[in-house]
Amino acid sequence: MDSNHQWPTWEVFTQKKQGAAHEHAGSVHAPDGEIALLNARDVYSRRQEGVNIWVVPSAAIIASSPEDSGSFFDPANDKMYRSPNFFKTADGLKQI
Amino acid sequence: MMTDLNKALVEFCLRIADNSLIHAQRISEWTGHGPILEEDIAMSNVALDLIGQARGFYTYAAQLEGNGKTEDVYAFHRGEREFRNKLMVEQPDNKDFGFTMMKLFLNGCFDYLMFRDLMKSTDETISGLAAKSIKEVTYHVRHAGEWVVRLGDGTPESHQRIQNSLNELWSFTNELFEQDSIDTLLISNGIAFDKENVRNEWTKMVTEIFAKATLSIPENTNYFATGGLKGVHSEHFGFLLAEMQYLPRMYPDAVW
Repeated sequence: MDSNHQWPTWEVFTQKKQGAAHEHAGSVHAPDGEIALLNARDVYSRRQEGVNIWVVPSAAIIASSPEDSGSFFDPANDKMYRSPNFFKTADGLKQI
Repeated sequence: MMTDLNKALVEFCLRIADNSLIHAQRISEWTGHGPILEEDIAMSNVALDLIGQARGFYTYAAQLEGNGKTEDVYAFHRGEREFRNKLMVEQPDNKDFGFTMMKLFLNGCFDYLMFRDLMKSTDETISGLAAKSIKEVTYHVRHAGEWVVRLGDGTPESHQRIQNSLNELWSFTNELFEQDSIDTLLISNGIAFDKENVRNEWTKMVTEIFAKATLSIPENTNYFATGGLKGVHSEHFGFLLAEMQYLPRMYPDAVW
């Protein structure tokens, strides 16, 4: 089977519990969104991993390229003051 | 001695469990052979759901029967004539994915309606098993239904092949609704429900999907398969059992 006969890929995002952010779980092949959702359910939620699923066509994701990394990410290196590390937080607080 | 009602209840449980187990055995033949990885996993999931349903009903039957019966005795140490599954689920899929989906859809729609009614059973074990099973079956119907629509309303080849599957399987659909004196006794005790009551709803469910799938129900079917209630099966069944039961019969003390 050549690549022209492969179904398009879809990126799968699962939500672990209500209120939590959807996290990237992996990808599936599917001919359309509904089947992508079913495939994602079968592949990525069989061990109680989630309570909600998003699927997005992989082609719809606009990614930065490795060449961008210098201009995109390096400028943040010396700007520690943007991090919340210097605030005192209550004991037992798991995330801000 | 078991009461007549309990005897009927055991038989009733075995009919449901056998149907799910044999259906699962057929679907599990796809494991490692699915058309794509995602469907391969999906079908293994479905088979495991069905085995889980079978286990629940076997375990209850074993509990009612006593005498050291276990779910494994029912699954692995009974012969062809003792199995009460319907003939549809034992039919070989011959590596035709559409055929498997059509079978899952036709049987699944019936199981959905059956479990929905059984959730109102006066027997708490039955109603509990039904409440667990209906969630799984709801997904099976959705999954299989989506494929029936896509294959039916797909290419000329996929349309023709799934229409052929429907033509072949249609003669097995009347058996879904068959019942006998065992059902009558349980119905009068509020444990089971009249299958005739869901025939119209079932027809509506499948007709709606077939309309979307541009498929037509074969007209003038003059032969409908029957026999499961009495343990009279098609010629494929012996081979299925031989494969399914080989290990525990060859190595009776084998454990995990």
